[in-house]
Amino acid sequence: MTARTVLQPADITRALTRISHEILESQRVISSGASDPAAGGHGDASLVLLGIPTRGVILARRIAAILDDLQPGASAVGSLDVTMYRDDLAAQPTRAPSPTQIPAGGIDGKTVVLVDDVLYSGRTIRAALDALADHGRPRAVRLAVLVDRGHRELPIRADFVGKNLPTSAEEKIRVRLAEVDDAEFVEIVGGDPR
Amino acid sequence: MRHLLSTRDLDLAAAVGILDVAEDMADVATREVKKLPTLRGRTVINLFFEDSTRTRTSFELAAKRLSADLINFSAKGSSVSKGEGLKDTAQTLAAMGADAVVIRHSASGAAQVLAESDWIDASILNAGDGTHEHPTQALLDAYTIRKRLHGDASRGRDLAGVTVTIVGDILHSRVARSNVWLLTTLGAHVSVIAPATLLPSGVETWPVKVGYDLDVAVDDNPDVVMMLRIQAERMNAAFFPNSREYSREWGLDDERLQRLRPDTMVMHPGPMVRGLEISAAAADSTRSTVLEQVANGVSIRMAVLYLLLASEGGGL
Repeated sequence: MTARTVLQPADITRALTRISHEILESQRVISSGASDPAAGGHGDASLVLLGIPTRGVILARRIAAILDDLQPGASAVGSLDVTMYRDDLAAQPTRAPSPTQIPAGGIDGKTVVLVDDVLYSGRTIRAALDALADHGRPRAVRLAVLVDRGHRELPIRADFVGKNLPTSAEEKIRVRLAEVDDAEFVEIVGGDPR
Repeated sequence: MRHLLSTRDLDLAAAVGILDVAEDMADVATREVKKLPTLRGRTVINLFFEDSTRTRTSFELAAKRLSADLINFSAKGSSVSKGEGLKDTAQTLAAMGADAVVIRHSASGAAQVLAESDWIDASILNAGDGTHEHPTQALLDAYTIRKRLHGDASRGRDLAGVTVTIVGDILHSRVARSNVWLLTTLGAHVSVIAPATLLPSGVETWPVKVGYDLDVAVDDNPDVVMMLRIQAERMNAAFFPNSREYSREWGLDDERLQRLRPDTMVMHPGPMVRGLEISAAAADSTRSTVLEQVANGVSIRMAVLYLLLASEGGGL
């Protein structure tokens, strides 16, 4: 099985920094539009980053930290487990769900940025959109991913992409992050070496 | 395992796993939309041959929170009262396409019979069989103890070193049996206290300390005291002189309550008979977990239904 590293730790950091700037930029565009009475007030961040477990949560926290440096108090961060909303539960071994943590201010009227490590079929994001609707009504929902590998099965696209990686279906993308894996890289496993 | 028949076959990892999933299920009750789409299109049948309020409604709520379709089937008002046996009832339910059957029956082993038979190909959940087991009750008790001890940091923990004293009608109690196996698996030290007439023969082979004196047990400073109801409906002989004497010797009265630590948990699986095995003050004190047990029961039953039904090759 061949493995080829496509992102080093520095590349991952650079990608997340760029995504953070893009999120802030798009947020300015939104807030310059009609003001939303539900947003703001009491210093609540109007931007909520929700990571999809496991590694999406870590990426969301990292982006939140970068945003906090750029503009303190700009965002709140949490996690959104989508296990119970998946459409492939019957076909797979039982999955243990992970905790969902919605920041104290809730998501009503906020801009929610879903964060995941790899965007593939789009089915996880579909499940996340369903899950989100059960927690409230955000003003807008955006999607940030570290890697977009193509092969979408649903009409879903990412707003912020760390790296586009054209892959074949036989290949696997392996993301490792220092917080949970004791290593940090993104690599493509299997398929024909190119 | 496609069924949940007893806590005796659960190992430590499986038991902690169920409790952890229940933590996530508990979060659903705090949300705006208290429903998950997970078991959409699955059919759960509550097959109750014995009376129940808590367990039946708890399973009903759990199934509905997971979007399963639930049908209540109680022996009263069904063809069972016309003489239909378990086999024909089970085959009828199978023909209706049940994915899971939650069964309560007065005969010990009824759930096992159903699970091992070829009458029905559904997951069987034991909701109490005679004096044998009541696994979801023990799971919700363990969950309640863990939650009181560790709060939000409960995930992944067992009950190592926790001392639990179970008091009362051990002989007829399936709750006691399920708790003895589960709590021991989770690392707790369990004692049973009862008049000798209400202890089953063979209790010396259980992994428990056996005592006869509640005052000694209270002074042993347990972390948890679990009071059991006297199951008069299963008593066909005189097991103690009268209820006043039972209450005086083995009831958790106000005086014994005062001698417990402020953080000792007082548990009761319900239904309580106030003034007999537990005083009103004990039932209503801050030590009492009775209502937490009911609330946690829904989370536990959601977890079990999820683990058994969500995946086609699923199980505990």
